Amino acid sequence: MSGAAPQAALCVRNLRKAYKDVVAVDGLDLEVRGGECFGLLGPNGAGKTTTIEICEGLTAADSGDVEVLGMRWNADARELRQRLGIQLQETQLSEKLTVMETVRLFRSFFRRGPEAAEVIALVQLGEKRKSRVGGLSGGQKQRLALACALVGDPEFLFLDEPTTGLDPQARRQLWDLIEQFKLAGRTILMTTHYMDEAERLCDRVAIMDHGKAIAVGTPRELIASIGVEQLVEFSAGGAAQALDVSALRRIAGVREVRAENGNVRMQVSELHQAVPALLDELDRQGVPLTELRTHSASLEDVFVILTGRHLRDE
Amino acid sequence: MSSASAAWADHPLPQLTLVRFREFWREPEAIFWVFVFPVLLAAGLGLAFRNRPPDVLKIAAVTPELARSLRQEKLLDVEQLSAPAAEAALRTGKVALLAAPAPGGAVVYRYDDTNPEGRTARMLADRAVQRAAGRVDPVASSDRLMREPGSRYIDFLIPGLLGMNLMGSAIWGMGFAIVDARRKKLMKRLIATPMPRHDYLLSFVLARLLLLVVEVGVLLGFGAWVFQVPVRGSMLDLAVLCVLGSLSFSALGLLIASRAQTIEAASGLMNTVMMPMWIVSGVFFSAQRFPAALQPVIRALPLTAVIDALRAHMLQGAGLAQVAPQLGVLLVWLLVCFTLALKLFRWR
Repeated sequence: MSGAAPQAALCVRNLRKAYKDVVAVDGLDLEVRGGECFGLLGPNGAGKTTTIEICEGLTAADSGDVEVLGMRWNADARELRQRLGIQLQETQLSEKLTVMETVRLFRSFFRRGPEAAEVIALVQLGEKRKSRVGGLSGGQKQRLALACALVGDPEFLFLDEPTTGLDPQARRQLWDLIEQFKLAGRTILMTTHYMDEAERLCDRVAIMDHGKAIAVGTPRELIASIGVEQLVEFSAGGAAQALDVSALRRIAGVREVRAENGNVRMQVSELHQAVPALLDELDRQGVPLTELRTHSASLEDVFVILTGRHLRDE
Repeated sequence: MSSASAAWADHPLPQLTLVRFREFWREPEAIFWVFVFPVLLAAGLGLAFRNRPPDVLKIAAVTPELARSLRQEKLLDVEQLSAPAAEAALRTGKVALLAAPAPGGAVVYRYDDTNPEGRTARMLADRAVQRAAGRVDPVASSDRLMREPGSRYIDFLIPGLLGMNLMGSAIWGMGFAIVDARRKKLMKRLIATPMPRHDYLLSFVLARLLLLVVEVGVLLGFGAWVFQVPVRGSMLDLAVLCVLGSLSFSALGLLIASRAQTIEAASGLMNTVMMPMWIVSGVFFSAQRFPAALQPVIRALPLTAVIDALRAHMLQGAGLAQVAPQLGVLLVWLLVCFTLALKLFRWR
């Protein structure tokens, strides 16, 4: 299970799936190595959930090949189900059962695995084990769902948007748990539309858009691939005269300038030189500055640069 | 939660069946509809249609002599009143008849002859007055009364309610739970585990059969205790009938729930299936009242089959051989619905 054996835990080749009028997955290739945490990052509707559900054997692909742990769904479904841990998006577990009853139910489906109480302690629901599921908070429900995915001691964990809809504290708590499982050497495939989540948890990320992987690599590689270290954004709303964008492009260290109704976004390599020069230039043009932000390039910027859209755009 | 009990309990089928029970017991409405409602219905209808002791009729007499003669008749409740008070009581319906003396030792009865009570009171009062005056009946007569258990309305009703309850609890129990699990994507989550799918469906049947014991016991126990409703056939035959009936209705429920995605769609379907049977299958009144042309259709319905078989068993002591046609109907429903349901069933 260590990094020494780079055998593929999941191999997806030329996967296609269309619903009535939408192509959800359009010729996707993926490889997830044993022991890594792999993220599918993309906006809603990019085909992440369809992809992960095909890999989980819950949805049939139109064409293409999926191999999980060296097995295929049509031949080895029973064995695969024993070895995978799955968390679906928006499952509502029975509200009238207690935490303990729910975990025991799921535990009964697997040949081997930890005791129910052990898993409950692991996801920090020990104090809630006798509470009804209906009375849990969103974060607690999500941790219970994670416990149900872990009862079979899975080699491979599938998490579909594990933190969507949670408050920041509950998200961080869940991230800590997922990091623990990574340390235990399990393989994880997760989907998310939070770039910070992917950057923090994933060893490698595939950025998905319109059913295709438009970039694959470690978060660091992907960010480096856009050749941008820093981004500067400012607003010049209420300026008497129009901003001369071409003058901004001539500032040393500025690579690209994009202006959209008063908001300007610049890719910059030398922040400490570019910002003073930018302020001087705006001063010279007589444009008042209403807002100025700078940040290091993130996966969000990778997505914006590759697609021209934001991740969270609906 | 001891590890000794865990050994047998930690298999999918016992766990899933336990879930069914927990979900049922923790839903107070379900308990009400399955256990309390049929008993309340039986109690209410049993009281409303009970065989009352023959009514004692209230009449008024205006003289003590007349009152004394009339009191010889046990079925009359005689009140002696002054003439104006008696008049007022008659007009307001407090008494059915007024007896007053007439000249020459005669008697005058005043009553409304369009009211059956008035006519009955007239006959009873006159008989009492004539006998008091010395009349002897030329033919000796005596009465033997028919009020035995087995032929009253409540005896007809209890098997009907039992059949209705078997249908309702099986179809609702199956339909709502399955559609709800599908709607919440809980079913999809379950099939993402190695859970054997037949265990999931079997757990519903198992839970249903165990609850059936309580359900049938409560209603029949109530009928026997409060109204002395008989169960004349053998207990084993009764068990076979109830189990077969419940299985047929469960299969029907499974078929109804096989595709529905929302509770609304499922309850619409369930009502469409059950409502006609509540009306035509003879729960509250005999199915024979519908036109002869409809009888073959009505007899082919599962609820009619269950109720007819239960009535024959409980009231006439029929064995399974005598209700073979009904058993056949139920068996056909069971096989057809179950086969179709398995073909159509969607897990997500």
